[in-house]
Amino acid sequence: MIASDLKAMTPVMPADIAAKAAARMGDAVTMDEDGALVVEAAKLPALVRLLRDEHHLNYLSNLTCVDWPDRFETVYHLCSMQGGGQVTVKVAADKARPIVPSLTSIFPGADLQEREVWDMYGVRFAGHPNLRRILMWEGFAGHPMRKDWREAYYEQDQKPLKSRWPNGEFFFGEDTLSNWADNIKYPTGYAAEGLIDEGRADNNIAVIDAAALKLNPDIQGDHVIVNMGPQHPSTHGVFQMRLTLDGETVMDLQPVMGYMHRNHEKIGERNLWLGNMPFTDRLDYLAQLGNEWGYALTVEKMMEVAVPERAEYIRVIMAELTRVQSHMWGITFLLNDIGAFFTPMMYAIEERELILDLFEMTTGSRLMCNYMRFGGVAYDLPPEFMPMARTLVYDRLEKAVDEMDSYLTNNEIVRERMQGVGILPPEMAISYSTSGPVLRASGVPYDVRRAEPYGIYDRFDWDVVTRPEGDIFARYMVRLGEIRESLKILKQALAQIPEGPIMGGKKAWQIRVPAGQHYGRVENPRGELGFYLVSTGESNPYRYHVRSPCFVNLTALAEMSKGHKVADVVAILGSIDIVLGEVDR
Amino acid sequence: MSDSKMPLYRTPTLDPDVMETWSSYVARFENDADFIQQQVEQGVMVTTFDRLVGMLDQVYNWGRRSSIWPLGFGLACCAIEMISTAAGRYDIDRFGAGLFRASPRQADLMIVSGTVTKKMVPQIVRLWNQMPEPRYCMSMGACATGGGPFKEGYNVVSGIDKYVPVDVYVPGCPPTPQALLHGLIMLQRKIDGQSIKDVSWYRRGAVEEIPVPILGADLIDLRRLPQIRGGAAAPEPVAEAAEAAPVEA
Repeated sequence: MIASDLKAMTPVMPADIAAKAAARMGDAVTMDEDGALVVEAAKLPALVRLLRDEHHLNYLSNLTCVDWPDRFETVYHLCSMQGGGQVTVKVAADKARPIVPSLTSIFPGADLQEREVWDMYGVRFAGHPNLRRILMWEGFAGHPMRKDWREAYYEQDQKPLKSRWPNGEFFFGEDTLSNWADNIKYPTGYAAEGLIDEGRADNNIAVIDAAALKLNPDIQGDHVIVNMGPQHPSTHGVFQMRLTLDGETVMDLQPVMGYMHRNHEKIGERNLWLGNMPFTDRLDYLAQLGNEWGYALTVEKMMEVAVPERAEYIRVIMAELTRVQSHMWGITFLLNDIGAFFTPMMYAIEERELILDLFEMTTGSRLMCNYMRFGGVAYDLPPEFMPMARTLVYDRLEKAVDEMDSYLTNNEIVRERMQGVGILPPEMAISYSTSGPVLRASGVPYDVRRAEPYGIYDRFDWDVVTRPEGDIFARYMVRLGEIRESLKILKQALAQIPEGPIMGGKKAWQIRVPAGQHYGRVENPRGELGFYLVSTGESNPYRYHVRSPCFVNLTALAEMSKGHKVADVVAILGSIDIVLGEVDR
Repeated sequence: MSDSKMPLYRTPTLDPDVMETWSSYVARFENDADFIQQQVEQGVMVTTFDRLVGMLDQVYNWGRRSSIWPLGFGLACCAIEMISTAAGRYDIDRFGAGLFRASPRQADLMIVSGTVTKKMVPQIVRLWNQMPEPRYCMSMGACATGGGPFKEGYNVVSGIDKYVPVDVYVPGCPPTPQALLHGLIMLQRKIDGQSIKDVSWYRRGAVEEIPVPILGADLIDLRRLPQIRGGAAAPEPVAEAAEAAPVEA
C-alpha cells in the first residue's frame, strides 16, 4: 500500500503554538530570541503534555543538552505527525546539581536520549527508570562532553591548534601530551586496586555480569541472561544485546552500545565548521551524502546562504542514489540474518558498486565523499556522469529491484520468518520516536521530505511509502518501495537538472556562522537525521549534536522483541537496519 | 631445539668422498626446481636437511597462504569495504581468503577494520587470544593503525598495535578494496618468508596470552599496572607544555 501524502493535513506552525502555549502556562514559560520556549524544570512535564495533547506535537524528535558557562540547558524538539516545523523547549539546570524531570513517562522515546545526556553531561533525569551510562562504561571518570572536561590528548579548545606549530614548525606529538604516552587519563589519586583482581585474567566478564544482575534484581531462577554481541555476526557491527531468556523466549532485552563511540560530538566542537564535513561521512557510512546534506543544510540555515539551482539538483541526485544503495544493503543484510547468507548480498553489492562508481568519479572517493559545502557542492559533475547515471537509473537499477522483489518477496521462508514478527503498533512507533522505514512500516506516513520539505523535494512527484502491518515484512516492503520511489525522483531530477554555478554565497577562507542555534533535519535512509548546532559566532560550533535515527529507533527494540525467540530478535534487529557508526557516534 | 632431549632428525652419515662431490654436484643445476626435477627423475632424492625443510616450507606456506580464513569481525566503516572486497567485483576468494569465520577458533587472520574504542578493546584482545596459532593481524585503515581522524577522542585507542601485534598495516580512510587486497598479498608474502624451523608456534611456551585490559576510570592495561598504581597521583602534564610554547604571531 502506498498511502497518499500529508498535504491534505494542515502543517503545524511552530511559532503560533509556542505563543499560545506560553500564554497558557503563564509566568513559568518565556520565549527566548530564537523562538524557543524556556520553562522552569518543575513545569516541563506539564508543558510537554499540553503541547502533546492540545497542539498535536506528539513526536519527540530530539533531546539533548548544551553546557553553557552558567547552566546546563536541556533542549527538546517536538514535532507533529501532521507535518510542519518543530517547537523547541528548553530547561535550564543548575550547574552544581543538575536535575531535570524525565520525559520517559510521556515519551518513551526519551529513554536512551536521556541516558546519553546523563552519560555525557551528568544531568540527572528525575523519574527515569534506568538512568545508567550508555555510551561510556559504568565507572568512567567524568562526563566527557562538559566543556571543562579535558581528554588525555587535549591541546586547545579550538582548532586550528596553535600548539602544533610551536616555533613555526610542525610538531607531531599527541603522545607526549599525556602522562602515559597514550590516550589515557586517570583522576588524581586514582587507586586501581578496587577494580582489579589479579588472580583473574578475565576480570571484565565479572564486571559485566554484576551490572546485568543489578539490572534485573527480581530475576528468577529459570531465567538466563545471555550477552549477545558485541562480536556477533548478526549484530551489524559492535552492538550488544543483553537478553533475559526463559528457555528460548526473550523476556527482556537491554541494548548495550558505545563500542563504536568515537566522540564525534566532542571532536566536532573543536573542529572548524567545515572541518566537520568529512566527519559526517563517517556517521552513517552507508548514507554518506545524506549525512553531509543534513549538516550543510543546517549550517546554511544559520548562515542564510542560498544554494544554486544546479547544486540543489546534484544534492538530490546524490542523496537518492545514496538511499538506493543503502536500502539495497539494508534489505540484503536483513536476509543475511534470516538465513539467506550472502547470496542476495552478492546481487545487491553488484549494483551498489556501480553507484559507488558514480560517487568516485564525482567526489574522488567511494565511501567518504566529503562532497557538500555550505552553499553548494565541491565539484561539478564530470561529463561521463550523466550517461552512466541515466543508464543506471532508467535501465539497470529498476530491473535489479524487480529481480530482488521476484526472488525474495514471495519466498516462503522469507514470509514465514518475517510476517507477524516484531510488530510495532503505530501509536507506539510515534511515542518511541522511531523514524524512517520503521515508522512508515507501522502505517504512519511521515517523511521529512514531505512533512518539512528541504532542498527541492517539493518539486518532484513521489509518494511516501507505508505499510499497515508494522512487522519485519512491512519494513522490508517499505524499503523496497522506497527504492522505487527514489528511482522516480532520480528520473525527474536527471531530466530537469539545469546548467549553472554549483556554489552560492561569497568565497571566504573562514566561514563565519552568526550566533544562534538551529535544528536541521533530513530524511536519511534510516530515518530522521538531525543536527542541532549552536553557534556563538566563533570559528567552530559551540554545540554540535547529531540526532541519530538508528540510536533512537533502538529504543523500541525491546518492545518489538519481547515474547519472540532469539532467532527472531536477530531478524528484528536486522529490520531496524542499524549502522553502528551512527548509533554510537 | 637444543634443549629437547631427542633430536628430531639424524644427520645422515655419508662417505666423505660423497660429501665432497656433493656441492659440485648441486652447483651443476641452475636452480632448485631443476635440481628437484633431476632428483625426481632419478627416483631417489639425496639432499641436505635445510633443503628438505625448504621444500617442506614451500608446501606448508603455499597451503597456509592460499587459505587464510579471516575472522568475520567488523568494527566500523572499513568493515563495509571489507564486505565489498568479499563480494563479486573484488572477490577476495581469488586469494583463498573468502571464508569469513564466525568463530575466532577457526580463523587465521583478524582484520581490525575500523576504530578501536576503549570500550571495545577488551573484546578485541579476547578474540585475539582465542585465535589459534598461526594467526595474523591486519590493521585496516587509519583508525586501527593510529586512531585516524578520531585519534584525539576520549574513547579511542590510538592504534590496535598497542595491544595486538600487527603483521600488515593497510593505509586509507577507508582503504579501497584494492588496497585491502594488496595488504592481503603482502601478508601472503610474509607467510612465504616463514620457515617451519623457526616459527614461534612450534616452540614450547612461545605463545603467550595478551592480558585483557580492564575498564576502570579509564582503560587499564594490566601490563602497566605497577606504573598506574604508582603514577596515578602524579600531576597531569597535559596542556602546560603546549601552552607554554611560544606562538609566533
